Parts: sequence; structure tokens; C-alpha cells
Amino acid sequence: MLPTDPTKKLSFKRNISDGDLVIVYEKHDNMKAVKVCEKSVLENRFGIFKHADWIGKPYGCKVSSHKGGFVYLLAPTPELWTLVLSHRTQILYIADISFVVMYLELIPGCVVLESGTGSGSLTTSLSRAIAPTGHVHTFDFHEQRAAAAREDFERTGLSSLVTVGVRDIQGEGFPKDLTGLADAVFLDLPQPWLAIGSAGEMLKPDGVLCSFSPCIEQVQRSSETLASNFTDIRTFEVLLRTYEVREGKMDHCQTEGGTPGSRPCKRKHRTSEGSQWEQEHSGSSIVMARPSGEAKGHTGYLTFARLRCVA
Amino acid sequence: MSTLEQENHSNENRRITWEGCSVLLDINDGDRLVFSRLTAGSIVKIGNKNYPLQPLIGCPFGSLFQVENGANGPCLSRVISTAEVSNDEDKKECDLKDESRDNRALIDNNTAQTLTGDDIEGMRRQGASGNEIVEALIANSATFENKTSFSQEKYRLKKQKKYAPKVLLRRPFARRFLRVDTLSLLLSFANVTAHSDVLVVDMIGGILTGAVAERLGGTGYVCNTYRGDSPSSIEIVRIFNFGDEINKRIVRLPLADLSAPPNADSKDMELLQASGSPVSMEETTVSSKDGRPTTETVASKVHKAAKPGEKASEDAIKLWKENGFSSLIIAAPEVDAWGIVKEPLATCMHNLQVEKMAIGLQITEPWLREYQCNLM
Repeated sequence: MLPTDPTKKLSFKRNISDGDLVIVYEKHDNMKAVKVCEKSVLENRFGIFKHADWIGKPYGCKVSSHKGGFVYLLAPTPELWTLVLSHRTQILYIADISFVVMYLELIPGCVVLESGTGSGSLTTSLSRAIAPTGHVHTFDFHEQRAAAAREDFERTGLSSLVTVGVRDIQGEGFPKDLTGLADAVFLDLPQPWLAIGSAGEMLKPDGVLCSFSPCIEQVQRSSETLASNFTDIRTFEVLLRTYEVREGKMDHCQTEGGTPGSRPCKRKHRTSEGSQWEQEHSGSSIVMARPSGEAKGHTGYLTFARLRCVA
Repeated sequence: MSTLEQENHSNENRRITWEGCSVLLDINDGDRLVFSRLTAGSIVKIGNKNYPLQPLIGCPFGSLFQVENGANGPCLSRVISTAEVSNDEDKKECDLKDESRDNRALIDNNTAQTLTGDDIEGMRRQGASGNEIVEALIANSATFENKTSFSQEKYRLKKQKKYAPKVLLRRPFARRFLRVDTLSLLLSFANVTAHSDVLVVDMIGGILTGAVAERLGGTGYVCNTYRGDSPSSIEIVRIFNFGDEINKRIVRLPLADLSAPPNADSKDMELLQASGSPVSMEETTVSSKDGRPTTETVASKVHKAAKPGEKASEDAIKLWKENGFSSLIIAAPEVDAWGIVKEPLATCMHNLQVEKMAIGLQITEPWLREYQCNLM
């Protein structure tokens, strides 16, 4: 998934080969991860697709089934993986994930601890951020879940960046051999305050901790615990609103009259190329964006804190 | 384990300030944020006094400083934080007491404080510390005892900020600039990771370029492209404290040079088309646009170049023409048109849909809210 291996790097020259993991895209809300295997076929409502036909094609290509239906074959990214992975637990999505990765200040070379692993949605993005020289140590107390996550990281090619441990972090804390090595710690636990002490021991001074909790009561208790060793304790909620775009018909007179607020502004800022496009479309139709109907609601609160730097 | 140790070492370097490095000074818990360069002569002004920044050199990022009256005038000195912890815990206790006080008897006639400005100045001259002044103010306040514990805490904090300001020494990280939620989404959707070649149109002063470079960690390239002759300013990149390894991965190239097809094969043509209307050539796969920075490159007002990255080398250009970029990010808000940001995006998305140039199109806008969960 990651271009750390130059031969796997996405490029005009890189084509789909036997054994690759591809994301089969039917629609924006219907995708599936498939391991390409020369002798295998994919069957869906569009027909039967032979993997053998895919090999040698570029990523992003459109492929056809025996009866003319088609799908796209995409190179996997952590964002796509989040949409196709098998849910063994509730998972984190793009808005929370990207905010966490940024706020934890993860860059190549960082060491980050995570608990629990869950379905590995966040883990995949964490490893993208710290590759190629950093490492993610992720822990889950559920043995089968940890094993399934390990298999997933094998499939997505992240095994060298991620170590999955079976451990009850709330009960036992993080392993002592990681003491003082972590640049960042992420907690997604029912009682995060039980793990905060241990997390503090793992972090380098000024390292960042994030705790994800769905309920404000959990946040409050965590914040109280954090206050003794951490600074900059801040809690956020981040949501994502998507817009749909439609071409709508609009009365010519109305647009000329300048009733909709955006039109005059738009005209003012257009330069040659813009106005050319606009002329083709003006009067008869206009492109409009409006918020999508369904939006994901509350997922959880993100509480961040920095380990106090003791002189 | 060797990677761990190696990493440990290089991270250690990043965690301590050095002479000439950029820092972010957080004054009084985020009340004021100041970018500074740590040099022998640099100062920060707090209230009406200037404080030399010399004592901050060689300290770990995250260190806390308080003001003191030194032999050569006011100065910043590092706080040993253990004392503060126990203090906090004491406060907790009183928070939990039953609250029977309120402000029904409060008369706001400005007579509650018996200490005058001259008294405070006098204390200062005698060498009283900021915290001692705060305690004196509390002792001489006729109304303090009748305040609720929350209100008392608020009073203490307010006075502390004025008479005993604190300065936190922070690393300048990408997340410390502007809308962190927007920037983080851009980096995620664009799949920025080590060894990527990222093409950017950065018309927001270099924040985007710097943030991408931070994630590349001295591998791959971030190439800043622009229309016309003068590149947009990427002045902000200088604040990031990048070493040479990262700086040489930040390059610029006029769009014209990038589109020039000396040995155009079909792939190059794809690239050409793609850069004509804003979508990355890869993004036959996933093209995602963020709500905030708009794709309106057309009306580019190019500022006079400040100090951008070097011009991309011929080798790099050749490489990109052969392999393509891994992603394209455009952040080109119209300076005076934030109200209609969605409009150029909608047009862009519509064109891409109609021309069937991309799939997985999305216009998204993050929504961030901070909660007040603790009185600290």
C-alpha cells in the first residue's frame, strides 16, 4: 500500500501484477478489496471478471466483465482501506483519523503506540505517517482480533511497520521495554484513565497523547487524570460534511438580475478562461453544490495532551 | 531494534532548541502565540517589558518559563514543574466542596481591591515575584472570599496571566497553523507519505508545502507549481526548522515547464489534460477535494517571490514525466472571496464528472468544535 518499496510505488510504469491487492470500485459507496490471483475470478452483479484480464493493466483502469459490465481497479490507500476493511469493531473514519495523525505530530521516523487495535483502520493511517523508518506498536486484548489485524497488515504490506501485541493495556499498561520511546500514544479504550499513567511513562517529554471516547463522562475523567502529568489538555469533536454537485436549470433573467449572492462575485473574479467557460453555460444552467442529506454524526471526542516537560 | 535506536537519536535532536531555530512561544496558555527565531539578540515583548530569548536556547521543546527580575532586568527562567502539580491537586479538592456562594451581593463599584498600582510597583521594586503579587492581590480583595470556587480560580488565573505570565516553548509543527482540520484532511486524502512525489499549488504562503514536506521526511518531492513567471511565496516554510535533507525536497516549477511535452507519449498527454483542469493525473483513481482551499487557480494573483524552494532539477522533471506524481493538492483561496469557496469546487467537480475524468469525487468540509471540559 505504501511506496516505501520503490517497486510498489504508484507510477505510470507500474501495472497490476499477480498477487497485488486492488480495490474494486463499483460505486463510491460500494468497494471491495481483492487480491489478484491469475486463476481467480470476481463475480458481482455486473458479471464475472477474470483476474487474468487485469494483470498488466495500469492502476485506475476500467475493466469489463464477460457481459460488458465494468468496475475500476484502484491502488489501495489507507482511506480506501478504511472503507473496505471488515468491521470487527466500531472503526474510526477519515475526519477523526486525519485530525489525530496531524495533532499527534506524526512524521516519518516517529514511534507511536496504539490501544486497542480494533479493526486496524487508524493503524493503517498511523503507519503511513511514520513510514519508512518509524514504527507502530498496537495492542488489543482480544487474541483473535489481534490475529486478524496482523493478517490484514500482511495483506496491505504494512507488517514491517506495525507490531500487533495481545495485551490488556488498561489492566497491565504498555510493555516496559517501550518506556520513554514513544513520540505519541493513542488510546481508544473504555476506561482510558486507567492507561494514562502508563502512557505517560512510554512518552518522550513533550510527546502527545490522544484519547478517543464517545462519552463526555469518559472525557471528563480522563482529563482529570491527565492534569497531573500532562499539559495542553484539549478536547475536540470533528465532523465531515460532504456536498453534492448538480447542474441545475436557472432562469436567464434571474441570474442576470444578480439575485443569487454568488453570481456577481464570481463574475468579478473570473479571468479570460473562466469567463469563456461561464459563457457556454450561463443562462441555461448553473452548477450548484448543496450539503448531502446523510452525514455521519457524533463519533467521539478527541482529547489531546502533551507530557509535561520536567526540568 | 536498530531502527528504534537510530530513530530515538534523530528525534532527540529535534526535541531540543538550538541557536537560530524557529520556535513558537505560547504565552499564558494559548492567549498569545508568537513565532520567534532564537538568537543571542532576539527578544519577546510581554506586557510592557522586553525579555531576551537567550535562556531558551538549548532547552527541550515543551519547557515552561516564567518571568523573573534578574540582575540585568526582567528575564525568563525555566520552571521546575513538580511544584505546580501538587498545587493543582489542592485546587481539585476545593472544587468538589459544596457550593453555597454566588454573586448576589456583589456590587461592581471598583472598590473591592485595596492594593493600588503604586503599591504593586513598590512590591516589584522590592523584588516580589509575580506569584507573590497575585497572592497579595487576593489577600487584599474584599470580594474574593465570596466568589464561587470556579470564580476564584478564574480570578487567580487572570491575575497570574498579568503579573506572572508563563511562556511555553513549542515546536513549530504544521498543525500549529490555521485550520488544522482542513490541512489534515488534505494530507490524508492526497495520500501523502514518505517517497511520494506530490504536486502542489500553494497559494497560502507555504503552509501546504511545509506540511507536505514534513510528512515526506526528506524523501520524495513536493513540487510547487504556478502559472506565469513568479512562484507564489512559500515564506512560511522557513518557520518549520527543516534541515537540508527536507529543504532540498521542496522544489518549484512553472506549470508551463511541467506541461511542455518534449517527448510526449500518451501518458504525458493525460498529465497535460489533467493540469489544464485541476485534477491530478493519478486521480482517475481517487480525487478528493477539501472544502476550504478552493481550486480556483484561474484568478491567481501571484505575489512577488519571497524565497521559494529551488527550481526542480532536470532529473526530477524527467522522473515525473515518466512516472507521474502521486497526488495533486491545490490550495488557492481567493483572498477576498471566502464566502463562495464552494463555487469553483463545484464547477471543477462538475467538469470532472461530465468529462468522466475522475471517480471517487467528493467535496467535503470539516467541522471542528472544541469543548471546555476542564478548568485548567
